[in-house]
Amino acid sequence: MDGFGSDFSSGAGSGKMDTGTIMEQVKVQIAVANAQELLQRMTDKCFKKCIGKPGGTLDNSEQVTVMPVYFICRLMGWYMKCNFKPQIRCTFEHANVMLWDWVMLTDIFVCLLQKCIAMCMDRYMDAWNTVSRAYNSRLQRERARI
Amino acid sequence: MDGFDLNSSENADASELQRMIAIEQQKAQFQAQVHNFTDVCWDKCMEGSPSSKLDSRTETCLVNCVDRFIDTTLSITNRFTQMVQKGAH
Repeated sequence: MDGFGSDFSSGAGSGKMDTGTIMEQVKVQIAVANAQELLQRMTDKCFKKCIGKPGGTLDNSEQVTVMPVYFICRLMGWYMKCNFKPQIRCTFEHANVMLWDWVMLTDIFVCLLQKCIAMCMDRYMDAWNTVSRAYNSRLQRERARI
Repeated sequence: MDGFDLNSSENADASELQRMIAIEQQKAQFQAQVHNFTDVCWDKCMEGSPSSKLDSRTETCLVNCVDRFIDTTLSITNRFTQMVQKGAH
């Protein structure tokens, strides 16, 4: 909102500024501030939902840790759903197996994390819209009383 | 005469602008409140991991949360006013 003040004063100095132009600028600045607020809060909530304690344990949610993901994905073939492809190969057989597992591990981890975050973002937007409607109807009810 | 006309039209523009800006500010305040409510009510109503859609139970919880939050705010304001008035005597 600091920019808003300076725009206004420069307009007054240079003569009559178009009301429409000023309102455009005001609306854009408000919209940008609103989007920043939304992203900040969304990031906070979705970090907490999807990551839990850093290096935390697996429960039946999307919170992940390394070793259980590996075993479950191996058993259930979930890595297929994540469109995963191993990228790195080593020449030594031992090292090949280990490295392949590590790559699979981190790729699955990232994939699950991305899925969790995407879902969380959608839910946050849904929640925001629900709250917005609820607040709006409450305000209308209060106004109707007066 | 021209000078007067110019001033009055500029004043009209300025007050119209003020009015329109006041409306935008009101909208912005509304949205700021929605951010606050969503923040608080998300913690109260969203359990476990994110799901593929918002079920009706969660939606009801969010709506109730907003109402209860506003009720609480009003309660506190009223009681605080009473406390201050009592304290004044």
